[in-house]
Amino acid sequence: MKIRPYLYTLIFLVVAVVLSIAIGSVVIPPLDLGRILMGWLDRAAFPEPLKTFAFILTGIRLPRSALVLLTGAALGGSGAAYQGLFRNPLADPYLIGVASGAGLGAVLAMSINWPYSFWGLLAVPVAAFIGALLTVFLVYTLARVGKVVPTTNLILAGVAFGSFATAVTTYLMLRSTGELHRAIAWLNGGSSQAGWEPVLAMLPFLAIGLGILMLSGHALNLLQFGDDQAQQMGLPVTRARALILVAASLATAAAVSFSGIIGFIGLIVPHVIRLWFGADYRRLLPLSIIGGAGALLLADVIARSVISPQELPVGIVTALVGAPFFLWVLRRAKNQGYW
Amino acid sequence: MLKIEGLSVSYGDRRVLHNVSLEVNSGEVLALIGPNGAGKSSLVRAVSGVVPVESGHIHNGDLSCHYDLLTLTSMQRARCLAVVPQAASMPPAFTVWETVMMGRTPHLNFLGQVSAKDEAIARQALQKVDALELSERRVGELSGGEQQRVLLARALTQSTPILLLDEPTSNLDLHYQVGFMETVRTLAHQDKLAVLVALHDLNIAARYADRVALLVDGEIIAAGTPQQVLTPELISTAYHLPVQVIPHPFANVPLVLPGNK
Repeated sequence: MKIRPYLYTLIFLVVAVVLSIAIGSVVIPPLDLGRILMGWLDRAAFPEPLKTFAFILTGIRLPRSALVLLTGAALGGSGAAYQGLFRNPLADPYLIGVASGAGLGAVLAMSINWPYSFWGLLAVPVAAFIGALLTVFLVYTLARVGKVVPTTNLILAGVAFGSFATAVTTYLMLRSTGELHRAIAWLNGGSSQAGWEPVLAMLPFLAIGLGILMLSGHALNLLQFGDDQAQQMGLPVTRARALILVAASLATAAAVSFSGIIGFIGLIVPHVIRLWFGADYRRLLPLSIIGGAGALLLADVIARSVISPQELPVGIVTALVGAPFFLWVLRRAKNQGYW
Repeated sequence: MLKIEGLSVSYGDRRVLHNVSLEVNSGEVLALIGPNGAGKSSLVRAVSGVVPVESGHIHNGDLSCHYDLLTLTSMQRARCLAVVPQAASMPPAFTVWETVMMGRTPHLNFLGQVSAKDEAIARQALQKVDALELSERRVGELSGGEQQRVLLARALTQSTPILLLDEPTSNLDLHYQVGFMETVRTLAHQDKLAVLVALHDLNIAARYADRVALLVDGEIIAAGTPQQVLTPELISTAYHLPVQVIPHPFANVPLVLPGNK
């Protein structure tokens, strides 16, 4: 196994984590950061001058960074998996409408149980998961011509269904009497939910979804040759496809339920990883998961910093960077068919 | 050897193969010929499991693979027979080595972990098709002829006693066609593989196959040596075209010359 790609992406992730917990409306100096983290892990009492920093760090920043990290990991991993499943470099949970479908599911669940409780926390990702799965099947069926899924069809069907789902979602949110502000921030991918609760609630969904994806690299490699050849090489194609689809949708649903709809991470990260470290999905999947976590953390830092003390929803930052990138990939894919 | 028994395939209401039985001995190349739409590809695709069959059995003589095509799993099948598809669509970003290693799939777990033995088998396969020096190249950078050799190496890596090829030379230049078919024949004879190859070029079939089977409208009309099958009567009836068959000027095989319609 080549170590170097993992080393580079892990260093990227660590840098992103440090920036993410150090930078915000209050910048915590690196030395204090280290001291507070050590103290927090030892459960020691903090000296007086560090107490404010310590509260900001452990009460606000750490859980938020953890949530962003997990969300990014989910988006990077599921993006890579969708790209592999559809054999299409432009598949991304956002662009193919899955994120919006999951969002619709999540909001439907929220509208039943809006101010969230423990059961609400559980119901939302389950509903989002169902929404995501239904969307994948719908978009895939709409886009498919015979046995292939042309890029344009996939993106058109995805964007069309995504717009529809977003419209219904917005309608539901405007009608609801709940916390509109939070809902809109949620929709654009603002990590406004605080505390460790959402992190813990998200973890099991992610562990299952990303766990399966991490083990699916070989199957995805085979699927790149098309279903026929994959089957001739011994892969039970239908079962493998279904498993990967469910796992990717589970990860997407978890990300959407707790962090809202964030586009383009699932497009950019696997793409860059593929350019740098090759197309082998056994490597691409774990690297996209690590890279996705790092990339979203950085985007979140930017979202918090540009109009500080106010925050941009992180989805706006990823779209600002991601949409031009998408166009570049589209051109490249057209020119060379090489990805 | 490969024995196909009672293979029937329909697409919707249209029956494309009627109760076809065919035998390919170990160490022999059998060319499956016939006009377009006769069912050559359907036969290869049905045996290799990518189109559903109505009925049919395959076995390899010594009963180590003896399967009902209706219940065979893809893993069992892939240990028993390997398929060389047309090089038309290959994912361009994998290296040749990565591509060939995937042929080991039926002998690996779901994760695809490989051992030194698997790597040795892949290296051997690349050597046999004379493509070892391509190992680190990306598949997308290769010529059609090179890609086809890589696909053959991948099939050999499956370590099966049976090889199926679906019109492997139809996208290749004359030079590559000849080289490729020579490799296939040598492999069949040396490694005692049972090779079934669907071909549309009758003269390539005559030149490189030990036996030829003529498929028309989903039925085997004739099977035997090239001399026995490539006769003016059989070929002109099958292809609805007058043909002349003359002896090949330097190889001991028939040469088919199409006449005027």
